[in-house]
Amino acid sequence: MTIVHPKTTEAEPRAGGTPQPSPPPPARKKGAGRLVRLISGIGWAAVGVAVFVGLWALVARFSPDLPTPGEGFTALRELLRYPFYDLGPNDKGIGRQLGVSLIKVFKGFALATLVGVPLGFLMGGSRRAWAAVNPIVQILRPVSPLAWFPIGLVVLKDVRSAAVFVVFVTSLWPTVINTAAGAASVPTDQRNVARVFRFGRLAYIRHVVVPHSLPSIITGMRLSMGIAWMVIVAAEMLAGNTGIGYFVWNSYNGGSLAYVISAIVLIGTVGVVLDTMFMRLARKAAA
Amino acid sequence: MLDLKGVWKSFGGQDVLRGVDLAVGQGEFVSFIGHSGCGKSTLLNVVGGLLEADAGEVNLDGRVITGPGPDRAMVFQNYSLLPRLSLLANVREAARAARPERRGAVNDEIVERYLRAVSLWEHKDKRPAQVSGGMQQRTAVARAFAVSPRLLLLDEPFGALDALTRARLQQQLIELWQHESETETVLMVTHGVDEAILLADRIVVMANPPSPSVLDVIPVDLPRPRDRTSVIDQPAFRMVQERLMALLTADEPAAA
Repeated sequence: MTIVHPKTTEAEPRAGGTPQPSPPPPARKKGAGRLVRLISGIGWAAVGVAVFVGLWALVARFSPDLPTPGEGFTALRELLRYPFYDLGPNDKGIGRQLGVSLIKVFKGFALATLVGVPLGFLMGGSRRAWAAVNPIVQILRPVSPLAWFPIGLVVLKDVRSAAVFVVFVTSLWPTVINTAAGAASVPTDQRNVARVFRFGRLAYIRHVVVPHSLPSIITGMRLSMGIAWMVIVAAEMLAGNTGIGYFVWNSYNGGSLAYVISAIVLIGTVGVVLDTMFMRLARKAAA
Repeated sequence: MLDLKGVWKSFGGQDVLRGVDLAVGQGEFVSFIGHSGCGKSTLLNVVGGLLEADAGEVNLDGRVITGPGPDRAMVFQNYSLLPRLSLLANVREAARAARPERRGAVNDEIVERYLRAVSLWEHKDKRPAQVSGGMQQRTAVARAFAVSPRLLLLDEPFGALDALTRARLQQQLIELWQHESETETVLMVTHGVDEAILLADRIVVMANPPSPSVLDVIPVDLPRPRDRTSVIDQPAFRMVQERLMALLTADEPAAA
């Protein structure tokens, strides 16, 4: 049983990582301190990006097939100028492509949550259910999304549904595992309370199990969402029809690596936005 | 009312209870005292139905106890409130679950009565983490009484509280037991000698391993209501206190 820990993407940049030659001045105003930290954080982020782009430029100089940062930036601006145009099935704006992908991701993710949370409760609540389901979970969990695609395609007979299926079947596991871990870790004293006051099954789930496991459920959902967004690109490259994955594949076939790079930047940005949303939700649930 | 016959319990080969025999009458307040590890909490959990005795039986009104029941309620040492529920919901849901035959309005009325009795009605919408330890334990006491148990089981209920809070809560507990509820009998596990004498009609002294069982039962002949400041000057209080200290000192665990 492996318990997946939440990614710590929100690791605080510790005062910009500056080595401090002298001890910090005592009792600075709180607002001012935060502003300084924010500015220094942004500053160091800029430094990091500059170094990264510099390395990229260096590599591009020795490998003429790789677009330079300037070409990538131009391509990105071009794409974002008319993000929502629609010129038939094979020529859509990047915003539309992202939207199409997001809809598929949300469908697969919603299915995964609908199945994963109850399944997790079942596993966490009963040792027998755990023993029965856990081996299947452990075997199916590491399977690549690409391996699932043929099954989805043959059974569902539709590329869009197949992509949703792949998202569902790969993003299901973190939700299942984290929910199960949360439900299985109800403290003994809370369990004793439920026993002494003879909580029925429903009252026990509603007042003890769900509140206790809510933070780990949300952590699981956050990890599932990350996987779902990562998987959709691969699925759409196979499905070859719509979405950001199709756009990447199409750009590659059209010989425009600059578009591919632009798409990577956009995919990453959308991923960060999704992750931040769940982080907010998690903080709200913990309060 | 409550009858324990030859109750044995061991954990991992270590005997925690060795043939405990004890009869508790209706309306009695019985304290259990002894060093840590003498099995007094285990005994309470067996009576509460949370643990099953390895041998022997526990009878309540002539029926053998096989698990938790609405005739018994417990107050735990660490409060054990459900952290995501308000104080009101903690009491209400427990009462609802333990007494499903009650009508909703009746239940709400009883819940309100006991929350008011422990002066927490104004704080009813707060979460456990938002109130003090004393308030949490008062909620746990109200929760236990709201079930209207015949037998109330208290497992070191005031151990984690400061002296002032403890004194107030002891007073409230006696008030509730004597005047405000149908609860007749109380079993309380405690570490405090004075607390045991102040509250109980009888004190059960438990012996340490290797033979953890009832060492002695000491009656407390002090009239009620007992006033905490004057009661300690009474000869009967002193006598019980000395006997308890003598017993507990003689039973000092070898390892300590």
